[in-house]
Amino acid sequence: MHDTRNREIAVGIFVAIGLAALLMLSLQVSNISNFTGGEGYTLSARFDNIGGLKVKSPVRIGGVRIGRITDISYDEKIYEAVVTMRIQQQQNRIPDDTIANIYTAGLLGEQYIGLEPGGSETFLTNGDEFSETTSAIVLERLIGEAIFSKKNDP
Amino acid sequence: MKILDSFQRLGQNSERLFAHTGASSLFLLRILAGIPSLCGHMRLLLQQMYSVGVQTLTIISVSGLAVGMVLGLQMYNILVDISAENTLGHVVALSLVRELGPVLTGLLFAGRAGSALTAEIGLMKATDQLAGMEMMAVDPVKRVIVPRFVAGVISMPLLAAIFSAVGILGSYLVGVDLLGVDEGAFWSRMQAHVDLYGDVLNGVIKSLVFGILVAWIAVYEGYHAEATTEGVSQATTRTVVHSAFAILGMDFILTGLMFGD
Repeated sequence: MHDTRNREIAVGIFVAIGLAALLMLSLQVSNISNFTGGEGYTLSARFDNIGGLKVKSPVRIGGVRIGRITDISYDEKIYEAVVTMRIQQQQNRIPDDTIANIYTAGLLGEQYIGLEPGGSETFLTNGDEFSETTSAIVLERLIGEAIFSKKNDP
Repeated sequence: MKILDSFQRLGQNSERLFAHTGASSLFLLRILAGIPSLCGHMRLLLQQMYSVGVQTLTIISVSGLAVGMVLGLQMYNILVDISAENTLGHVVALSLVRELGPVLTGLLFAGRAGSALTAEIGLMKATDQLAGMEMMAVDPVKRVIVPRFVAGVISMPLLAAIFSAVGILGSYLVGVDLLGVDEGAFWSRMQAHVDLYGDVLNGVIKSLVFGILVAWIAVYEGYHAEATTEGVSQATTRTVVHSAFAILGMDFILTGLMFGD
């Protein structure tokens, strides 16, 4: 009887450790504390060039993440990329003249959408589109322009 | 006539393959049908959880720690060259949670628990214990096979989670305490890039699938082992080899499905 009890305790400890490991993976390792979807509203923006932007890339205001990109598609009529993003529900005071920029975190880091709030009193709601955007900076084009302008100097 | 002979061999082999696939699928159905009967016999399941899960814990945690530490050390050496050592946590956590955790746990589990299951069931068969149960109108599948199968399926995701968690702690020890990666960057980069559903949950699903595969192969090989000493030893070997192939092949497919884009 004593043996069975010890064995049961051992199994109980094993299951508890396993569940604790799962809990650690989901709480400490993954982004459960961040916004993962669910509640929120959707905004979209059109860009000439989205560079290395990917689905799930963050959307930030002043460096603080307020949402994620949920979909990237291509509008073949006007040759522009359409980026759809989901913003946290409590961030519902984004002015409608906000500019959506594509920035890079660090020199080699991931790309994200940085929002520059405007001064308008009307706010964007579900399904709205940013009126003004600036595209991703393509490093090659920048270098190309620099070399070209050097050449034209006297 | 040489050509006909080789065709015959091919036919024989494919016939055997189909027979094995069919027999093992039917066996799996029998096991699944027997699972409800387990409800009244939780003690049987507990016993098997002990020998399948608890006794595998040591090798899983030691291997997890070793793999995590080595991964942390080697990745650091590469990342520090491009001064990206802050992404160490991100790299280690993703590779452990997505791939190394489930796959290595599956391989170790097949070696430690799967082989023991096959040998045990095979010996029961060789010593006519299974036949004895049938004589007493006890269904050996329900009594012997089902608890072992279910214990394997439950233990595997838990073991894989422990492997990944211990591995991440190991890389934390080496990376942060020994090599001086910034602690905040280590965890925050990890949290920013590891997705709960996309990565952690898919890793758990992967390990669950591997658990089903290993437990299935182990009990099938044991139950259908030739009832001799040699037959049992061959069945044990087959369990480990087939499990390894099944895990690696299945991992390829699952990775393609889960992380394909």
